Amino acid sequence: MALLQAERMSVAFGGVQALVDVSFDVHEGEVFSIIGPNGAGKTTIFNCISRFYNLDRGVIRVKGKDISRVSPHAMAEMGVARTFQNIELFKKMTVIDNLMLGRHRSKRSNLVSEALFIGSVKRAEIRSREKAEEVIDFLDLQAYRTQQVKNLPYGIQKTVELGRALAMDPEVLLLDEPSSGLNMEETEDLAFWLTDIKEALGITIVMVEHNIKLVQDITDRVLALNFGAVITLGAAQDVLGDPEVIRAYLGEESDFASS
Amino acid sequence: MDVITELTQAILSGVAIGCIYALVAVGFVLIYKATEIINFAQGEMMMLGAFIAFTCSSYLNMPYWASLLTTTVVMGLFGMMLERAVLRPLIGEPVFSVVMLTVGLGIFMRSVVSMIPGWGTQTYGFKTPFTDKFLRHGELVISWDQLAVILLTALLILVLFAFFRYAKMGVAMRAASRNQLAAVYMGISLNRVFSLTWIISAAVGGFAGVLLSPITFVYMNMGFIGLKALPAAVLGGMRSIPGAIVGGLIIGLTESLSGLYLTSGWKDVSPYIILILVLVIRPEGLFGIQAKKKV
Amino acid sequence: MRFVMKRSYREDIQLFKYRSTFFWYLALIAGLVAMPAISDEYILSQLGFICVYAVGAVGLMLLTGYTGQISLGHAAFLAIGAYTSAILTAKGVPFVFALFAAGIVAAAAGIVVGLPALRLSGLYLAIATMGFGFIIEEILARWESLTGGHRGFYVDPASIGPIVFDTEARFYYLALTVLILTVLVARNVMRSPTGRALIAVRDSEVAAQAMGISLAWYKTIAFALSSFFAGLAGSLYAHKITFINPESFTRLVSIEFLAIIVIGGLGSLHGAVYGTAFIIFLPQLIGFTKGYLPEHLSDHPGLEPAVYGLMIVLFILFEPMGLYGRWLKVKYYFEMFPLYKKDTFRREKKYQKVERQ
Repeated sequence: MALLQAERMSVAFGGVQALVDVSFDVHEGEVFSIIGPNGAGKTTIFNCISRFYNLDRGVIRVKGKDISRVSPHAMAEMGVARTFQNIELFKKMTVIDNLMLGRHRSKRSNLVSEALFIGSVKRAEIRSREKAEEVIDFLDLQAYRTQQVKNLPYGIQKTVELGRALAMDPEVLLLDEPSSGLNMEETEDLAFWLTDIKEALGITIVMVEHNIKLVQDITDRVLALNFGAVITLGAAQDVLGDPEVIRAYLGEESDFASS
Repeated sequence: MDVITELTQAILSGVAIGCIYALVAVGFVLIYKATEIINFAQGEMMMLGAFIAFTCSSYLNMPYWASLLTTTVVMGLFGMMLERAVLRPLIGEPVFSVVMLTVGLGIFMRSVVSMIPGWGTQTYGFKTPFTDKFLRHGELVISWDQLAVILLTALLILVLFAFFRYAKMGVAMRAASRNQLAAVYMGISLNRVFSLTWIISAAVGGFAGVLLSPITFVYMNMGFIGLKALPAAVLGGMRSIPGAIVGGLIIGLTESLSGLYLTSGWKDVSPYIILILVLVIRPEGLFGIQAKKKV
Repeated sequence: MRFVMKRSYREDIQLFKYRSTFFWYLALIAGLVAMPAISDEYILSQLGFICVYAVGAVGLMLLTGYTGQISLGHAAFLAIGAYTSAILTAKGVPFVFALFAAGIVAAAAGIVVGLPALRLSGLYLAIATMGFGFIIEEILARWESLTGGHRGFYVDPASIGPIVFDTEARFYYLALTVLILTVLVARNVMRSPTGRALIAVRDSEVAAQAMGISLAWYKTIAFALSSFFAGLAGSLYAHKITFINPESFTRLVSIEFLAIIVIGGLGSLHGAVYGTAFIIFLPQLIGFTKGYLPEHLSDHPGLEPAVYGLMIVLFILFEPMGLYGRWLKVKYYFEMFPLYKKDTFRREKKYQKVERQ
């Protein structure tokens, strides 16, 4: 069953056509990558799914439901979690607090019960804490638990953001350039985690990526984008070998020819 | 007085006071665009300018035009000193802190003025070459003071417009307010830009103060009037000088017209009601742009 | 250096980090309770004011310090609370009920103000709240049949059952109790999911939404909560000074509250209390130095506001983390001794607009 369906997504900003008739679907349990040169519209797709932008034309369906009228904060309830290209962590809070915020979806208490901090609130806090600790264990973040995020190195911040998305117990994980800024070792860790997320946790992963090796290693299907339009969509091997895709990334041979 | 005359009278005085608001609003917008700071002491700059002009003309017996010029120059220097001493150390700090700083500065300035001998807490009249001269057209009476405000404001706006359009430093300032990092790469000295921003803002504020003096007289709480220019600036979208001017005129006219047609008390709050109504419909102000963070 | 060995998550979410902290607070409370025995009427009156203002300051701290919504109209909510309580007690409603009602009515007003403000941020929000403050002030002044307008309103002293709080000592206990409860409630809210959500709204609206936090809902809650406490403070204030008029709740009072939370230290409940104490005792401090000043300066009414403005400027220039920040630094110095590094608390300067938003 297609967990996520995009039908003819089209968005324009001012005079710029960011997305033109983009259609794809993501199957449950797969790793789906979106590749393309900078400015192709990859992050725009994510922002449309997260409902930060409204589509001019087209429809997005999550678990069969049309999300055109859903407000941004309701996407979490639909099981969609995401990370951001430029890291949108809560900088002044600690790692553990960031992760606990990922548990917000499971909040059942209201203001009055929290003001009195009655037993059920305390128990809910401890349960959230346990879940957050599971994520910390999974991503080896124990050493950074009580540190303020703004003081952490870039690679660790990215990991925390991944952890925060995981803490949401999502069904679909949208990762925007998860490996950008990471060195070889960190990227290998990331590949390991992503594979684990797919196989052990059964979460569907959609990622925007530039690192072709990472895409080759763990992805099932790939969508290639250029200038807001789909070049091709298919199995990883096929798409990555497609001459159109290679031309979009590397240009024509004649572009490099000297006189 | 028939309705048309009353209305015209009210409109004129609305435009006149609107010009003052516009000038102070321009001061707000200039600083905001360059540094994202709201200078809550802008009203007090206006007040200080008024007092300086008053000192020039009453204690030093300078003619009006000389007082106006001196005030503008002195206030410009004051703005430069202020920027150097108190604002430059705060570059990079969160905006809220700096805003609170200007609030404190305003309070400090107001109180210090009240303690200076010769100034203090009294209200002082201010004579200009336009005082007690009136233009009459039938039943319509226009005071030359008001006209002078409108004309001089227009003059100053033209000067500023030319500066930002054609002068090298003016263009540099506009560039810096769009993208500080890019401006630095282009060789623009940000320090100089900030200095100049505060110099111009303070000078414009002082100028407005001199213009206001014959109408409301000179007293230490004049700054509160300047504060009403803040809704004017916000109304205009905090983005451009024309926006600030339109905002100022709208506020001035609203005040004047509600003073004419509504019971007293509404006069003071009507600008805020208009402001809130506009913001509800257009949260970015009349000419503002929706600044959405790009993720 | 002290290390805390925690053996369960329950220990981690306790109110107090170290055992000793609990006892220090107990001692503090004991000291506060004993105050009337050792202070004169005047000091007690000032302490009463501190307790009352601190309740309002906690409210503003929740809104501005924690949720990042700047409000320049806080005094208006105090006014609403004050008048609500005054009018209700004048009609014979028992004080405790009137106190609570003051909070609820102010909270309702806060929601009304918060709703159009939902789409505004930063400066625009500040100006809009300033506008609301003016409008509410004007309404209270004009609605003479209800509030007595500029003539003012006489307020009965508070009473619970047979106890009438008409002496400084008794009122002090009342205000102190309300303050302690306020701080406890605020603390509880801040360490629960709602509190975290409020901070999230401040730190990154985009990420907060991605977490499922409705900006509209939580901003409204912040306004409601903040106004609720302001209403309580207003009610207490009215019953202390027993005569209120619209002039008691001007824009200057709103600025005073902002100064309190900035000087106290944004984002901390301690800060709200420290800041209040500082601002209320400032006139006393100025009084001490008067002896050293030339005659015509020391008696001038402009001296206090001048020092007040100067304090705000100096704090922001030299101690942006406020009094609580200074206290943290001192405490940290002793904890880390001799390994304390001066730059531990250095603020990271943000030069790019993108990082500042």
